[in-house]
Amino acid sequence: MPKLNGGEIIIESLKKENVEVVFGYPGGAVINLYDALYNSDLKHYLGRHEQGVVHAADGYARSSGKVGVCIATSGPGGTNLVTGLANAQMDSVPLVAFTGQVSSSLIGKDAFQEADITGISLPITKHNFLVTDIKDLARTIKEAFYIARTGRPGPVLIDLAKDVTQAVTEFKYPDRVNLPGYRPTFEGHKLQINKAAKAINNASRPLLYVGGGAVISGAEKELREMVDKAKIPVTTTLMALGIYPEDQPLALEMLGMHGTQYANKATLETDILIAVGARFDDRVTGKLDEFAAQADIIQIDIDPAEIGKNIDVEIPIVGDVKTVLRELLPHIEAKKNGVWQQRIKELKENYPLKYEDDGSETIKPQYIMEEIDKYTNGDATIVTEVGQHQMWAAQFHKYKKPRQFITSGGLGTMGYGLPAAIGAQIGQPKEKVVLIAGDGSIQMNIQELGTAQTYNIPIKVIIFNNKYLGMVRQWQEIFFEKRYSSTKIPAPNFVKMGEAYGIWSKSVDKKSELDSALKEAMEHQGPAILDVHIPEEENVYPMVPAGAGLKDMIGG
Amino acid sequence: MTHILSVSVLNKPGVLTRIAGLFSRRNFNIESLNVGKTENPEISRMTIVVQGDEKVLEQVTKQLHKLINVLKITELDKNSIVERDLILIRVKCTRKQRSEIIQIADTFRAQIVDVAPDSLMIEATGTEDKLEALTELLRDFGIAEFVRTGIVALSRGQAAK
Repeated sequence: MPKLNGGEIIIESLKKENVEVVFGYPGGAVINLYDALYNSDLKHYLGRHEQGVVHAADGYARSSGKVGVCIATSGPGGTNLVTGLANAQMDSVPLVAFTGQVSSSLIGKDAFQEADITGISLPITKHNFLVTDIKDLARTIKEAFYIARTGRPGPVLIDLAKDVTQAVTEFKYPDRVNLPGYRPTFEGHKLQINKAAKAINNASRPLLYVGGGAVISGAEKELREMVDKAKIPVTTTLMALGIYPEDQPLALEMLGMHGTQYANKATLETDILIAVGARFDDRVTGKLDEFAAQADIIQIDIDPAEIGKNIDVEIPIVGDVKTVLRELLPHIEAKKNGVWQQRIKELKENYPLKYEDDGSETIKPQYIMEEIDKYTNGDATIVTEVGQHQMWAAQFHKYKKPRQFITSGGLGTMGYGLPAAIGAQIGQPKEKVVLIAGDGSIQMNIQELGTAQTYNIPIKVIIFNNKYLGMVRQWQEIFFEKRYSSTKIPAPNFVKMGEAYGIWSKSVDKKSELDSALKEAMEHQGPAILDVHIPEEENVYPMVPAGAGLKDMIGG
Repeated sequence: MTHILSVSVLNKPGVLTRIAGLFSRRNFNIESLNVGKTENPEISRMTIVVQGDEKVLEQVTKQLHKLINVLKITELDKNSIVERDLILIRVKCTRKQRSEIIQIADTFRAQIVDVAPDSLMIEATGTEDKLEALTELLRDFGIAEFVRTGIVALSRGQAAK
């Protein structure tokens, strides 16, 4: 058996896990690992900040469906990963993060660049490990990948004492994991499946409420079959946009705080709500006791703790969404649901998404999304930052396929978009990747433009520039009498800044110039920045005020 | 409502932190938590006393199950378990009061484990109720300090039911 040092064992283990790409940032405590990377065929992308590195790994994981891998050094390297880990945990993204740690003899002595990253990351990872003995290294990596990608996926952190990456031992990668406390349920309970089928067959106004779990499980085909067979309308959360094509008559698009009126109204009328890999988040349900108040609820989820966490569920089914839907399908009766289909059609006709356009040269943000949709034939992967632009991107673009919309949902992390777009492009090299950003969010990890430039990652960055932290400003306008406390935010000259990074950049503020500017940006080989000036006080509508019920939508 | 959970965990570093952290971040109320070795050196058993209704208990159990190092969770039925709590109490006492306190301790099958000129230390084990009754009786003399372990519990064997 070959003898390898810790760094080499990590590289060999990553190969066994079919990892092709890692994102990272070197430092003293991971120098042995970086030395092993030097001669390896793993593709390493050097970020500009560890937060950028972890978000890139997250974007890569979401776009490719594989496990994202990132590396950071001890102390500040590890603490800079924190936001990215929490972000991945909230949205169930499979990541394995390696951090350096001071040598095992120095742990606990406040050594240089020491931080207790396993302690810090404990509540924001699915699991974490501290490795202080090289004999545990290969097994730990095997377990970390298994935990990250199975069940409800999530981030796993491996903290590596520096002496472990230096030490030498025989390398043997285990074939199987031995985790007696970890056994996710995949198949649904037969009795529950029969119950659910009966409830769906007897329902007159069924509604599918589909979340990120369905995307992770890869259940788009089963979902489509279910909709086609029983003519059940579908609404999706922010995390699942595109899992059911939004141009279909039964697609109600997004529900919730900034969802469509027709989706929210359908939740008020449905008699059976079928939650598929969705977790009844407060941004979806609004006031809980008014949510789907007329309906019995079926909830399919791989995580038993999601069942009954926020809302009482009549028929829970614990299991992998795709597997459960496949088990459920033969029991579902083909149906026309004519009256309900008619009602859905009415709702869609009577309460469409809309915005005012006065015909002037002003560029409305909603219009930009429609133009991008048109220009890319609705095929581009849209990545977003967090805020108003994120909601416009969700509302005014029709998504057709899963993993087409990549966004920070649960944690709502400003600064996620740029590095995630880089990762998403690396994960889907053939797709056009468009980042929709706000002028506030883009400044939070702007240094990653350097990464995009270095590796010539051809992302198209469209900045919705309203010179405000728009979402907070909108709340201040509506709920705080326009007291715009600290929401006016100066931005740099984005064109000059892009050019300083060596990136094609252009600014546009007239509607008549948007199309040609968009075309130029889209056709540019390599990364491009388009800074689009939009009205300063445009609001996202419709809107359900925080804590109100979905029936109390305002605007739109 | 009080629930007693018996939780088997793999004896890995940080397992106590993982469990305690889960309780605090999910806003669950822990009344007492006790950890000790078991017949298997790789496994520890925690006895956790939790406050909350059935819904809270369900979430506690499900969230605990998500921890990779948690092997098994059993809610112990108060009617079919042996539960024990241990208390050490230092009671102020004058020379005159000494024999009276020793009598009380005897009644509770408690032991005097330390004698000082102005105090006695008593060790007692039993159910929570018993220990509370003992503490109550000793309060009149003045309790200098006390410490309790919290409950440990095991289900009774089948035949003993």
